[in-house]
Amino acid sequence: MTTHGLVLRIVPVGSYAGRARAVVERSALVNRRNWLLVVSGVVEPLFYLFALGIGFGGIIGNLTAPDGHPISYAAYVAPGLLAASAMNGAVHDSTFNVFMKLKYARVYDAMLATPLGPMDVALGEISWSLLRGGIYAAGFLAVMGALGLITSPWALLALPAALLVAFGFASVGMAAATLLRSWQDFDLILLVVMPMFLFSTTFFPITVYPAAIRVAVECLPLYHGIELMRQLTSGAVGWSALGHVAYFAAMVAVGGWFATRRLGKLLLT
Amino acid sequence: MSDDAVLVQADGLVKRFGDFEAVRGIDVKVRRGEAFGFLGPNGAGKSSTMRMIACTSPRTAGELRVLGMDPDRQGPRIRARLGVVPQQDNLDNELTVRQNLQVYGRYFGLSRAQVRDRATELLRFAQLTDRADDQVDPLSGGMKRRLTIARSLVNEPELLLLDEPTTGLDPQARHLLWDRLFRLKQSGVTLIVTTHYMDEAEQLCDRLVVMDGGRIVAEGSPAGLIAEHSSREVLELRFPIDQQQANVPLLHDLAERVEVLPDRLLIYTDDGESVLAQASRRGVRPTSSLVRRSTLEDVFLRLTGRTLVD
Repeated sequence: MTTHGLVLRIVPVGSYAGRARAVVERSALVNRRNWLLVVSGVVEPLFYLFALGIGFGGIIGNLTAPDGHPISYAAYVAPGLLAASAMNGAVHDSTFNVFMKLKYARVYDAMLATPLGPMDVALGEISWSLLRGGIYAAGFLAVMGALGLITSPWALLALPAALLVAFGFASVGMAAATLLRSWQDFDLILLVVMPMFLFSTTFFPITVYPAAIRVAVECLPLYHGIELMRQLTSGAVGWSALGHVAYFAAMVAVGGWFATRRLGKLLLT
Repeated sequence: MSDDAVLVQADGLVKRFGDFEAVRGIDVKVRRGEAFGFLGPNGAGKSSTMRMIACTSPRTAGELRVLGMDPDRQGPRIRARLGVVPQQDNLDNELTVRQNLQVYGRYFGLSRAQVRDRATELLRFAQLTDRADDQVDPLSGGMKRRLTIARSLVNEPELLLLDEPTTGLDPQARHLLWDRLFRLKQSGVTLIVTTHYMDEAEQLCDRLVVMDGGRIVAEGSPAGLIAEHSSREVLELRFPIDQQQANVPLLHDLAERVEVLPDRLLIYTDDGESVLAQASRRGVRPTSSLVRRSTLEDVFLRLTGRTLVD
């Protein structure tokens, strides 16, 4: 059986027409005129990289890669920023944009009057934010390479890894967007995303925390994204990478399932 | 196999939202090529019924077949052959007029070349060719409505669902729209229209049902309903404030029926002029009088005791 057939069998009847691509096309068309906005997404993590990695890194000296070999602070912080920007982009796209279309633009109502079902909409929107995330990640990786911060061919896998991280956050973000009641609720999302950005070993190793807090940090999704990315760009890849991948696969499955169900409930009343 | 000529068949169709029963068990049959109407005031259950037929709202109870299929199980396949014009415009404000048509066609799985051709054709049909590359937002209400109708035709639907197609439009825009809908009907598209305007129902519909409070209270052709439920003519009399009620007893035996509205009396009779003359001999002195033929508004008033547009 093809995956397509399998998906059609698992999801609720009538919620998937296998045409999520048309939804992605719409986003591409809308954003054709917004190239500057897309470019700004590449630039932001680079600013962090220069300020912290190069500037701050100069007074810090070396840290250690996941397998213990010494690496520069810039090479340490860069994969963290890559994972964090995948998260930020995905969360922004999947919450802010989805909420606006859901509440005000009624774009989804129009889509659901066609053969498209809620799952086409969910998949299409998530795929679009992935495409964007992919462009950001590729740009960032290219700069990392140019600065000599990539020391292993494993780094080639950092691009698909960034997409997986973005996919996980986009799925959960979209699920969250269907629960938001007003713009005030976006503060709640910021309240989750901001500390995660600061404390998920983006800027310093987990060994600085006492044991209890360490366990809490290890539960955070961004921690798994950063660890995965750091293993790949430093070449210190271990079996634990598979665990990190599984974490995001679970986010995709649960978030996607929940978002599809909620979209159906909100729009097909 | 069900009758191929029946596009929509509902039996005991019910829609509940929590405790509120919006549609309370209606039976409807719409045949191919017909223009069928749901006439009723706001809150009668028309839009809920339309959304169930459009397969965007699951039914609570009863039977429903659209194009011979079950909306609960074959929604995407049914929607592929429907055109839907919702009550509130939901055009894509981030796209141009032409892109709205093209992108919508892509949702139906049409190829890029197909949607290009269809868009050009439909822009002409909707008389929007010179606005093709404008954004949607600055269009007038009538233009947006025409674009929404054009968009609903992108997949060449067999059945077109129009929910309050001309609400909020000025008379000129309404007539232009009716003309377009009439052409569609001529070309063989089956239309289902909801409206709370009796003139719209009379203009567009071959057959209609009158809905009130989630139920169907009458069914027939516009002329048939008028013949069955109202008189040939109606005499409308307006009086100075406070004097209306006093005149009612003087008029009762002259007509089949007298309706008392807040601002006027409606006297149902086959000969309005003669009743007016008789009333005048009895000393009835209205500030203004008007003899007109009966409309669906009168039918609705008769059946429900209320006016359509309040």
